[in-house]
Amino acid sequence: MGVALTRSAQWTAAGYGTRTLEITPLNEVILKEIAMFVESFIYKHPQEAKYVFVEPLEWKTNLDPSAFESGYIVSETTVKSEEVDKDGQPLLFLSVPHIKIRSLGQLSRLLLIAKDRKLKEAQACIKDYEFSNGCRAPPWRQIHGEICYVLVKPHDVETLCVTCSTEGVFLNGGKTEDEGEINYERKSEMYKDLVTFLKEKSAKFSENMSKQDIRFTEEWKKENEEPKEVPKKEEADALPKAFLASSKNILEKNQINFGKIQMTKRLEPTLNWKATVDFKKHKSLLRNTQEKKHGGRLGRSGPPVSPGRAQLVRKSAEKIEEILSDSSSENEEDEEPPDRRQEANADLPSEYWQIQKLVKYLKGGNQTATVIALRSMKDFNLAQETCQLAIRDVGGLEVLINLLDTDEVKCKIGSLKILKEISHNPQIRRNIVDLGGLPVMVNILDSPHKSLKCLAAETIANVAKFRRARRAVRHHGGITKLVALLDCAQSSAKPAQSSLYDARDVEVARCGALALWSCSKSNANKEAIRQAGGIPLLAHLLKTSHENMLIPVVGTLQECASEENYRAAIKAERIIENLVKNLNSENEQLQEQCAMAIYQCAEDKETRDLVRLHGGLKPLASLLNNTDNKERLAAVTGAIWKCSISKENATKFREYEAIETLVGLLTDQPEEVLVNVVGALGECCQEYENRVLVRKCGGLQPLVNLLVGINQTLLVNVTKAVGACAVEPESMMIIDRLDGVRLLWSLLKNPHPDVKASAAWALCPCIQNAKDAGEMVRCFVGGLEFIVNLLKSDNKEVLASVCAAITNIAKDQENLAAITDLGVVPLLSKLANTNNDKLRRHLAEAISRCCMWGRNRVAFGEYKAVAPLVRYLKSNDANVHRATAQALYQLSEDADNCITIHENGAVKLQLFWISFHFCSHAGRILYLLLLGMIGSSDQDLQEAAAGCISNIRRLALAIDKARYT
Amino acid sequence: MNRKKLQKLTDTLTKNCKNFNKFEVKCLIDLFYNLMGEVTERQGITIGLDRNAFRNILHMTFGMTDDMIMDRVFRGFDEDNDGYVNVSEWIYGLSVFLRGTLEEKMKYCFEVFDLNGDGFISKEEMFHMLKNSLLKQPSEEDPDEGIKDLVEITLKKMDHDHDGKLSFTDYEQAVREETLLLEAFGPCLPDPKSQMEFEAQVFKDPNEFNDI
Repeated sequence: MGVALTRSAQWTAAGYGTRTLEITPLNEVILKEIAMFVESFIYKHPQEAKYVFVEPLEWKTNLDPSAFESGYIVSETTVKSEEVDKDGQPLLFLSVPHIKIRSLGQLSRLLLIAKDRKLKEAQACIKDYEFSNGCRAPPWRQIHGEICYVLVKPHDVETLCVTCSTEGVFLNGGKTEDEGEINYERKSEMYKDLVTFLKEKSAKFSENMSKQDIRFTEEWKKENEEPKEVPKKEEADALPKAFLASSKNILEKNQINFGKIQMTKRLEPTLNWKATVDFKKHKSLLRNTQEKKHGGRLGRSGPPVSPGRAQLVRKSAEKIEEILSDSSSENEEDEEPPDRRQEANADLPSEYWQIQKLVKYLKGGNQTATVIALRSMKDFNLAQETCQLAIRDVGGLEVLINLLDTDEVKCKIGSLKILKEISHNPQIRRNIVDLGGLPVMVNILDSPHKSLKCLAAETIANVAKFRRARRAVRHHGGITKLVALLDCAQSSAKPAQSSLYDARDVEVARCGALALWSCSKSNANKEAIRQAGGIPLLAHLLKTSHENMLIPVVGTLQECASEENYRAAIKAERIIENLVKNLNSENEQLQEQCAMAIYQCAEDKETRDLVRLHGGLKPLASLLNNTDNKERLAAVTGAIWKCSISKENATKFREYEAIETLVGLLTDQPEEVLVNVVGALGECCQEYENRVLVRKCGGLQPLVNLLVGINQTLLVNVTKAVGACAVEPESMMIIDRLDGVRLLWSLLKNPHPDVKASAAWALCPCIQNAKDAGEMVRCFVGGLEFIVNLLKSDNKEVLASVCAAITNIAKDQENLAAITDLGVVPLLSKLANTNNDKLRRHLAEAISRCCMWGRNRVAFGEYKAVAPLVRYLKSNDANVHRATAQALYQLSEDADNCITIHENGAVKLQLFWISFHFCSHAGRILYLLLLGMIGSSDQDLQEAAAGCISNIRRLALAIDKARYT
Repeated sequence: MNRKKLQKLTDTLTKNCKNFNKFEVKCLIDLFYNLMGEVTERQGITIGLDRNAFRNILHMTFGMTDDMIMDRVFRGFDEDNDGYVNVSEWIYGLSVFLRGTLEEKMKYCFEVFDLNGDGFISKEEMFHMLKNSLLKQPSEEDPDEGIKDLVEITLKKMDHDHDGKLSFTDYEQAVREETLLLEAFGPCLPDPKSQMEFEAQVFKDPNEFNDI
């Protein structure tokens, strides 16, 4: 309501009196929107609707208690909802005429009850809820237009103390020492709303919001087929308090308690509902994908992504997760949704009572009764949440876990059979961990009874779906024991005593692999599996042909392949061959896991070659044609992307007609597929034939279209692909016509350094191949100034890419003059003291190009760029040598620079000086260094070095002459 | 008993029992006579272990506690119904008891549970066997309600032909679906742990055995 009400809604009078909402057409529209939104909320978002507010919504209602029907306990003057919170407090309480409501669901229902009076109710709710004057700030701050203050704790930055004022949102000085006070001083720029502010302050928030934006817009489009006049914002802005109360638990936390100034606990002004409810939904969405065991996460972008390394991102994200989970338990609470207990008064299904009875028998029965009760419990539909929660809510989990600690094999088996089923429920998993179920199950892995081992491992596989559980398995020695299960031959020497509880060895190994698969999502566990000797065992199991064995085995391997030492081991154990073989399996899940594993492993050239040599490229290419299973498609395209980094593979993919198919996948695919498809095209287009092919199949238009996206990983890949295509002048014409260069240029403004850098790299071939490149560049108003200023970045990759772009821009004299005026020389000079070879190379090239204007040569000397450049010659990188030699050649046209060059060459390498007699001046060592380069096969390098030497020599001769005359 | 006679007995019993090897049979025979005590042999009466002695073994060695079940187990061992478990009944009984296949065990257990031997496990028999399986809550109106409920639950699960009692076919089908139901009405087989201990103790290495 924030923006809608403070800006749009028309209040009767300003000033400090009570204000009421005028009945104006605009207000009515807003109210209708709000009412509609709230009314439908309970159906559209049943989960969120159950969320209990910290503070109730209160207002004076005109409704009569008699209007309430089923679901409410009605008396003459009061109404209580049957729905209560966990403390037993009703979520709706009406005592005429005051009404308190504590969940959106109840609010929804109330509006339904109110029928034609609902607008009045909505109005009353909004009005009464507003502070008398609509502000939450103390009166002395209201003079400054401030409305309220909010503490925001984003995931990736410190807690932010924010002021929301009529002018916008800004960072204030934060909480002061004395409780309840804040430093009101403005510490940041003014932002138009909280979301914009947070997007600027927190990369993570921005990223999540970007994802939400798309989704939201899409949903919104769907829901609003018929055009509406009311702007979306207002709909979205409705109901702040509801979301704020719930959002307290999620993203934004604890508002400052203002002590005597009674502060309502909501952020009025600008927070729209996307920031709250949708964020929460998004979180659960993320969680769901995590829990889907696999897939769907190829393109999941975490924090900054380097081009072509989405998987690295995942690794680092995972690492951060691990660290966080180890260091901060609070963070973990965030991740876990609150327990949902079934409300005592709600209508409970009959299963609930039956299960309660069985649990009673479990508690009070001997072994025989226990087995009967367990057996009977298993006949319930344990996949159904009602039954799962019923078992927990009547105290069944404790009993089941206790049974695992007894000596009764039959009871343990019965108990595990139930735990195995109900642990598919995320809440139950956490309850099991909380009750200490994991260490007991880990102990059972040592049992002599194979079926017990199997059941325990399978249950662990279900439970270890979240960090805390995975850590617990490791801490109790579970990883070693699980790895031991993989060793099929191990227990065959000694037949088990009781054949009744036997399972086949293969089954034991399969269950072990299943549990390891779940556990392997934590980095520390990956390492533990390796140390326990898991890799050769997994490699051995990979030789079987049982699909249900292969899936968890390959699954574990592909999770672990994010680690360098696993990839090496996978190569050494000849695993690639088997992965390729199983790509041809009929089983989609197995295909997906194999493709994922190849995706992970193909970071390495040798592996990429192995995939080709074992004939893996063809099945990958043919799997592209089946696009129904998006998770598998993501895995397959990911594998193709990584494999195509090798030229030979890119050629093969063309033979298998994969390029055309990839181009076809550029539209109508989920982002995680797009990221990989575009990545693959970017790699394939390093080849001439493929570039032509992409153009001919009409791939340029969809690629350029993707330049306007927001997914960071995708943008990195798209820019790279567009850049690769731009190498072809004919393609470049099309890109230019599609306005691709402008789009690339505007991506330089993207907040993420990887996108910036990738865009700058892509601009290089564009400028090289555009027909009238100079004019094209000049057309971008402020473009040159912007790119020159990017030289102030502190990201090496951005700097290197911008240097490369500047080198290309400076080929046009007019542009070179312009960037010189914009101060390119001091900015480049400042970068000279770097150890990064990539940056050195492109910096040297830029310097050498910029020397060609005015007195830039001299200026570089004045800004002390020359001496550091000389030191570049000691680098091991031939590209750096060549670029540096060229730069030194250009610089040595100036006499002062010449002196600097040989002085630095001499001082640094004085020792050598003594050994050489044939040179008489101080530049001798440099001479030798450069001489070495003349011997090199590189034509440019030779010429540049020779030119540089001759300049120095001439100067030296002149000096000598001067000295002797 | 002289050595030759013992040798012959061992050979015969080994031939008739596929679950034990000769050494194991010898060990079990030795154990049998140890349990019988020297006295009976001197008197020339080698009938076997009586009910009490046998129950004592079940209780001490295999941890069984349910009197009724132990009686039934005794009846199961005592094939000729003479009130004693003789040496061949001992070996044959143990071969099912310790090493039996699922089929053998099902047959054995069903006989144990079929208290009156009419080929069916009736509701009354179930009630009888389960009556001590639940802690009695003094507060409850009908203390047997839980037991009755357990009987119903079991019947519902196992009575496939819905005739209100369990035939061997019913029982067999249920056990094949869920092995846990083998001992549905009480433990009549050794639990794995005491079985392991028993075997470890009885089937000692021959050399070690001689040392003692």
